[in-house]
This record gives sequence, C-alpha cells and structure tokens, in this order.
Amino acid sequence: MSSRDLILARVRRALAGVPDVEITRGYRGPAEDRPSAERIRLFEERVRDYRAVVHVLEEAEVAGRVARLLGGRGAHRVVVPAGFPSGWLDAAGVEVLADDPPLSAAELDAVDGVLTTCAVAIAETGTIVLDTGPGQGRRALTLVPDYHLCVVRAAQIVAGVPDAVARLDPKRPLTWISGPSATSDIELNRVEGVHGPRSLEVLIVT
Amino acid sequence: MSVTFLGMPATRPFPRNAARAVRDSQLRFNLRKATRTIRAKRASVVAEAPDWAELREAGRAIKEHTLRNLDKYLVQLEESVTAAGGHVHWAADAAEANRIVADLVKATGETEVVKVKSMATQEIGLNEALLAQGITAYETDLAELIVQLGDDRPSHILVPAIHRNRAEIREIFAEHMSGWGRPAPEDLTDDPAALAEAARLHLRERFLKTKVAISGANFAIAETGTMVVLESEGNGRMCLTLPRTLISVVGIEKVLPTWRDLEVFLQLLPRSSTGERMNPYTSMWTGAAEGQEFHLVLLDNGRTGVLADEVGRQALRCIRCSACLNVCPVYERTGGHAYGSVYPGPIGAILTPQLRGMGSELDRSLPYASSLCGACYEVCPVAIDIPSVLVELRARAPHPWAERAGMAAAGWVLERSGRLARMQRAGGRLRRLVPRRLPGPLGGWTDTRDLPKVPEESFREWWDRTDGGRR
Repeated sequence: MSSRDLILARVRRALAGVPDVEITRGYRGPAEDRPSAERIRLFEERVRDYRAVVHVLEEAEVAGRVARLLGGRGAHRVVVPAGFPSGWLDAAGVEVLADDPPLSAAELDAVDGVLTTCAVAIAETGTIVLDTGPGQGRRALTLVPDYHLCVVRAAQIVAGVPDAVARLDPKRPLTWISGPSATSDIELNRVEGVHGPRSLEVLIVT
Repeated sequence: MSVTFLGMPATRPFPRNAARAVRDSQLRFNLRKATRTIRAKRASVVAEAPDWAELREAGRAIKEHTLRNLDKYLVQLEESVTAAGGHVHWAADAAEANRIVADLVKATGETEVVKVKSMATQEIGLNEALLAQGITAYETDLAELIVQLGDDRPSHILVPAIHRNRAEIREIFAEHMSGWGRPAPEDLTDDPAALAEAARLHLRERFLKTKVAISGANFAIAETGTMVVLESEGNGRMCLTLPRTLISVVGIEKVLPTWRDLEVFLQLLPRSSTGERMNPYTSMWTGAAEGQEFHLVLLDNGRTGVLADEVGRQALRCIRCSACLNVCPVYERTGGHAYGSVYPGPIGAILTPQLRGMGSELDRSLPYASSLCGACYEVCPVAIDIPSVLVELRARAPHPWAERAGMAAAGWVLERSGRLARMQRAGGRLRRLVPRRLPGPLGGWTDTRDLPKVPEESFREWWDRTDGGRR
C-alpha cells in the first residue's frame, strides 16, 4: 500500500460516523462600496502605524514627488517594472532598469530601490497586495532592493480583508505587504528592518 | 506500534523540568517580559475587531468541517497542486518525510538549503536527518538562527528564542556567526536594531546564491492549490522566491477548503500570534510559480491517530498562533523547554501526548502541566477547548499505585455514613499524630499541598452534641 493510500485509509477510518458541521459566516463580509475619504484616511493612518512613510497627493503631483523622494535618498539606479506609468518618472533623472531581460539577484542587490504599483490595498490593516501584474514585476523586485516606493490609487483601497480576498486571483503569485520588513523575535518587540526592504514609502493618489 | 517522533527525546517528567526552570531567575524575567508585551498587543488588536467572536466561530467551524472531510480535501489539494505544475508527495511518518526531502535535495545536486521557519520540519527533525545525508540546512528566521547558532532548543512556537534576552543574543551572534558564515560585526551592540542588521548581513549572500529552499505552510487551499506563508522579516520571501527548487513540508491538517476561507484566517492568525493587524509579509503561490520547481510533502506523523479521537481531535484545528502559550500561567513560569517537545505550552500539553502516546513518564505528566484556569481556551482563535482535553487525557493516563490505593480507600470510607463517622472520630482522637507531610509514596501529594488540620470533632458530632447549637 502506498503512503498516500495508507494515510487516506487512516483518515476514512478515523471519520466513520462523525457528523459534519454547519459553517456560519456572521463576520463582516466584503463592503463593495466606493472608497470614501474616511477609508483613505484610515489606510493612511494604518500604513503609518507600521512606520512606513505615507504621502497623499493628486495625480499631477506624482512625477514631481517621485523625483524629490529619489533625489532626497541619493538614489541613482532604480528598478521599474513594465506597466508602471512612464509619466511618473519624467522628472526623476535617475537610471531606470526595466528587468528585461531579468536582472540577477546580485544585480537587484546593487540597485538603490524599486518603484511599483499594486493590485489592491486594505484600509483596515494598512496592507498593500502585489500580484505581479502590470507595474508590479516579479516577486524578487520588491524584495531584494532596500527601498520600495509603491503607488496606490485611491480606487484600489478596499475596506477589509474579505474585500481583498474577493478581488484577488489565487492563480497569480501574491505578496501581501504591511509595512517595512520587521521582526518580533527579540523580546517580542517589533523592530523594523531585517531581510526585506527596510524602507517602504507609499504614495496614495487621490 | 511505532512511536511518533516529535523533534526531541521524551526525557524527565514535566514537574522535574519545571522545578529546575523556575529556579532560573533570568529565564523567568525574560519570559515574563516577553509574554506580558505580547498579551497586551494581542488584547488591543482583538478588541479592535468588532466581529472577533463571529470570526472565531467561523474559524472553528471551517476547521472542523475540513477535518470531517479531510480525505476529500487532501485529494482535491493534490489535484489542484498537480494541475498547477507542482509535485505532491505523501509521508506517513517523520522518517518517510525526511527521506523524501533528502532525495529531492540530492536530485538537484546541491548540498546546502535555506529554510523558512516551520513547525512541521522541527517536528520531524529534518535538519538532523539532512545533515546525516551530507546536506546543511540553514535556518533563516531570526529566532531560529539564534537557536541554531546557540546549539539550543526552541522554546516557543512563534518565537523559538523567547527564553533569550538581547544581551544573550548578542553573545551568541558574536561568538558563533563566524562558524556558519559571515561573522558578526566587531562592534555589535545589544540594540535590537543592530542585532537585526547583523542577521541581515550574515544571511544576505546565502539568500542570493542558494538554489534549494525548504518551507512549511500556514494554509494550503484545496480548491486552488494555493500555499500560504505568513512571516515578518522577509526571510520567508527570500526562500520562497529566489531559489530554483522549493520544497514545502505541510501537515495534513493545514488544508482549507476554499480560497474564500482565507478571509477568516488572515484576520484570526496575525492578531492572535504577533498581536498585529497584519504581519509584514504574506506570500501565496500556486504550483510552480515564476518557473520554480515546487514539491509539496503532505505529512501524517501521528495526525490520523489524533483525528480518530472524539475528544482530542479538536487539537488538529490549531493554526500554531501561540496565543495559548502567551497567556498560560504555567508556561510563563516554566518556559517551553520543560515540555520536552517542539510543541510547548497548553496546546503542546494536549498535542504531544496524543501524537507521541503516553508511553513515557514525561508524556503522561504533560496533561497535568496546567492549573485548568481556561485562559488558553478563551484566547484560542479556533476555540480549542484545551482544558477539557487535558482533563480527558488525565483520566486516560495510567495512575500510580499509591494514588489508586488512596482513591480506593477513600471510596470505601465514603460509601457508608457509618464508616465515615467512625473514621472521623478516629481522626479527631489521633489528630496530634497527623504528620505535616504524608509518608512514603503518598508524599507526592503533600509536596505541593498542606494537609488540612484535623478538627477535634466533626460537624455531625458537634450537631449531635449541641442539637445544632441550641444546647
């Protein structure tokens, strides 16, 4: 008997005559309404709680703000995946790497940062979710560089976790990001900055 | 019957381990500080969720329904993972799982692997098994790194190095990092940020060059074949994303029926475990993601035995959040090592004896490692009634002859009121001869309790003599 058959036989023997149970979903489900100013404010506040830097601005201000933020960090070379609105880079004046052909891990380690969009953002938990879609690139791009700048459109901000789960496609690789890399392993206190990007900056475009 | 291996040898019974642990004042200080910090954080983020009770109820029901239909969902998971380009292996016990993983690593030609923190691989002693095959496994979670460098044992499910404070961690890094790779910086301080930075530098090169990674998973979705790993540091993302081959060892109870079920567990788990609204990073992937080779090893190792137990099977609902450890008055004082298993604390006290059986003195003693205060049940995000399972296991463990003899004697006396009255009169007369501690094998009872003072006369004698106080 294969281990597969053995395990399944043991499971079936263990469950003989055991009744099934009803699942009651009495918790708050998807909100399905349009993002309000209040929700944007909550998202902003919750992202900031993780010690990420948050800016709320209008579309026309994005290019100027990106240039100022990169300049302020002294960033010279950044990775920007295909599909990131090129207009937002107009004023930046930095060397832009497109990850095409794919950069090696060592090359990614040598860049000054990465700029992406996201798939969805969650107000209640201050989370951004990337699904490797346009403007987001493969998973390693937002992991190896030490600085991640993510542009979130207000329309992408949902109320809670159930809304995000309903919007996402599990067939795509997903990365849920809540603040910069952190650890609670030393005396159970949160310390920001371990292996992932130590600086996370979020631009909310209203 | 084979004995299920749980990562540590079952040695001395819990009371002896505990007696030693509580004498370690540094350990008590470290644990007290850490558990109090995390309790406060958890309480505040749980209070923030207005529908916590409903989420907990849904979490309990989803897990119970999944276990009730486990055969169906395991087969569905296998189909979904395979359809998405992954490979599925089944392991009946620890030895088989270790053999499967070692063979998969050997097939890649590599001799080094990076690891994401995982209870399942701790449980089966994977690192030791790989080493015996010439493969070195590098732990990459900060706490696991502290344990590995210090040649120590984990003492907590979420924070295996909870028994170490920052000064001890600095010592371990300064002394042992050089033996495993890049040495710690010369001027390393015990500032947590500096310690995290030292870990970043130590592991960076290894992440960028290692070709094989091994992980567990918090959840595996039957409907879609999606694997889910929650973490904080980014070491998990490094291992899950950069290597060419990824092997995930997952207990069969980790399966969830549908994608939608994550809306419940992604709220329950982070708030219960690190006390955050959401943990920094959660990775989800389905089959062979971004051209990776993916292997899923489904692990039984005693779980089907637990599943067969009417009362005990609820322990399989556990999502390894460790909230029960953090609130337990026994755990807070003894720490995790006293439990002699990779699963310490209240959940360990019911899981270990069920997985490993009650053959050893340690495993028989674990159901008593509790005051039955019920705090563990109250914080459990999937409502495992740990106190009830503890009581059930206590009843099943064989009891020492002295206890059985004492109980039989008490039963004989209490059976007839005349016998009780005669014994009470004899006790009253001999009361000055009653020792403070019981002699011989009965002494175990008075080691931790005072014998009650025997009164001169019983209540019934007093009543008869005074006609209820009227004479």
